[in-house]
Amino acid sequence: MPEHFVAPPDWGWYILGYFFFGGIAGGAYVLGTMLRLWGEPRDASAARLAFLISFIVLLICPILLTFDLGRPFRFWHMLIDARTGSLSFKYWSPMSVGAWALMAFGVFAAGSFVEARWPHSVVGRVLGGPVGRPFMILGSALGLFIAGYTGVLLSVSNQPVWSDTWALGGLFLASALSSAAAAIAFIALRRGGDAQVSAPKLFAADRYFIILELVLLVVFFLTLGAAASKVLGAWLLLWLIVLAGTVLPLVLHLRPALVQGRSPLLAPGLVLIGNIALRAVVIFGAQA
Amino acid sequence: MAKAVGFFTDVSVCIGCKACEIACKEWNQLPGNAPEFLDSFDNTGQLDGQNWRHVKFIEKTRPAAPGGVAWTMMSDVCKHCTHASCMDVCPTNAIIRTEFDTVYIQPDVCNGCRDCIAACPYHVIGFDANRGLAQKCTFCYDRLQNNLMPACATACPTQSIRFGPLDEMRQLAAARVEQLHAQGMSEAHVYGDKEYGGLHTLFLLTDKPEVYQLPSAENAVGPRRNNRAGYLGSLATALLGIAGALVAFRGQRAAAVKEG
Repeated sequence: MPEHFVAPPDWGWYILGYFFFGGIAGGAYVLGTMLRLWGEPRDASAARLAFLISFIVLLICPILLTFDLGRPFRFWHMLIDARTGSLSFKYWSPMSVGAWALMAFGVFAAGSFVEARWPHSVVGRVLGGPVGRPFMILGSALGLFIAGYTGVLLSVSNQPVWSDTWALGGLFLASALSSAAAAIAFIALRRGGDAQVSAPKLFAADRYFIILELVLLVVFFLTLGAAASKVLGAWLLLWLIVLAGTVLPLVLHLRPALVQGRSPLLAPGLVLIGNIALRAVVIFGAQA
Repeated sequence: MAKAVGFFTDVSVCIGCKACEIACKEWNQLPGNAPEFLDSFDNTGQLDGQNWRHVKFIEKTRPAAPGGVAWTMMSDVCKHCTHASCMDVCPTNAIIRTEFDTVYIQPDVCNGCRDCIAACPYHVIGFDANRGLAQKCTFCYDRLQNNLMPACATACPTQSIRFGPLDEMRQLAAARVEQLHAQGMSEAHVYGDKEYGGLHTLFLLTDKPEVYQLPSAENAVGPRRNNRAGYLGSLATALLGIAGALVAFRGQRAAAVKEG
């Protein structure tokens, strides 16, 4: 494992917020597309809700990223070379690729939001037609990228822990899908209405997402080796929250009888809290 | 393009006077540090946004030395790597290679994202909170453009910091190692020949690189190494996640049909 002597970049709460909301935005778009394309007619309401969540949550992301910059008014330097005026794109820099992907995903999330909110508008009618399918599939590819590239961005550094594993991209993606399913189900159940009929479907999908997340957590620690000690110890409480946000919801999904008499919001609530804790322990633990 | 320039820092003649630190601060108008007492005579602590030169005081156990302990001083600075990790990750193209083959952060382009700080394997770049920028040694770019030596090399009273064309610095370093070997210092060696494609700041070290908090040649790997595996891991997760969701959706539909 390469030994470097690196300063921490002091990425804090804004970045944690971006990783959390960006993951939900990307994951919700993917699940909205899947419910629309491979669900039943009664899933239409949940698909609509997923697209609404995706765009609204996505709106927070550029604000958080801009506030994190030392020079917020230079946010556009991510896309345009301030010296030459040409486009600034480096395929080998995940931050550069991510800035472009976030902007491109914004177009798809906005389109699907308009279609979901105002289906009889011009955009709604266009995306409700044959164009809608390839549009959503392309948007989902970008959504998956947004949900996972943040982990790759951390890995493409020389920071201990982050650069010692290749599993962060997958881990963040799995937990983003899980959180998105939880967020859609949480809001659907809380609001009531037609969307809540799709909650069991979302919970069933979440089982697979959580299993994937747990497997990747094991891979994460195995690939870290001795460097794991940096994110353990003082961070044990956060890891317990991560476990409570994965294992408990999985048990509740597999044994629905256990939920009887308890709020159905318990499992999705735990997933969302666990997702924040996972990103927090990875971001803050490695920089401590 | 002008000739590639370099530093050659000979730790065996550094006396820890910190004239280089002061000269750097004065020329570059960097703010002073709040008084702080750290280990040894070090009151700078590290390289960062307002300290572009830092004299390290490294204590080593030496039975032959008075008190059994000996100091090695090393004036640390940006290495201006040929394969610069900071340049690799910078999303704004703020970090450029100059006509002198040095690595320079353009202050009017940097937006303070701090990705370069996480990438630099030498703990060189720091965030200047006052200006909202990532900052590091510029190799006195303004002085080079006016045919002047960098301020640190000009101020160094023992010629521990030498400056000149890079190929000359390499020759100087090799000759000095040979001289020290002849004097019985067999542990003397040059650091920076191979690391990151060759550094523009060569060091003559008298111990393993790790003692000076420098990654060894084997550990000198760039951040790009994790791109492919990271994206492939994400792609595999995406495919498995979608497959899992499809299986779940189908299972729920079958259950609904059975019930209904």
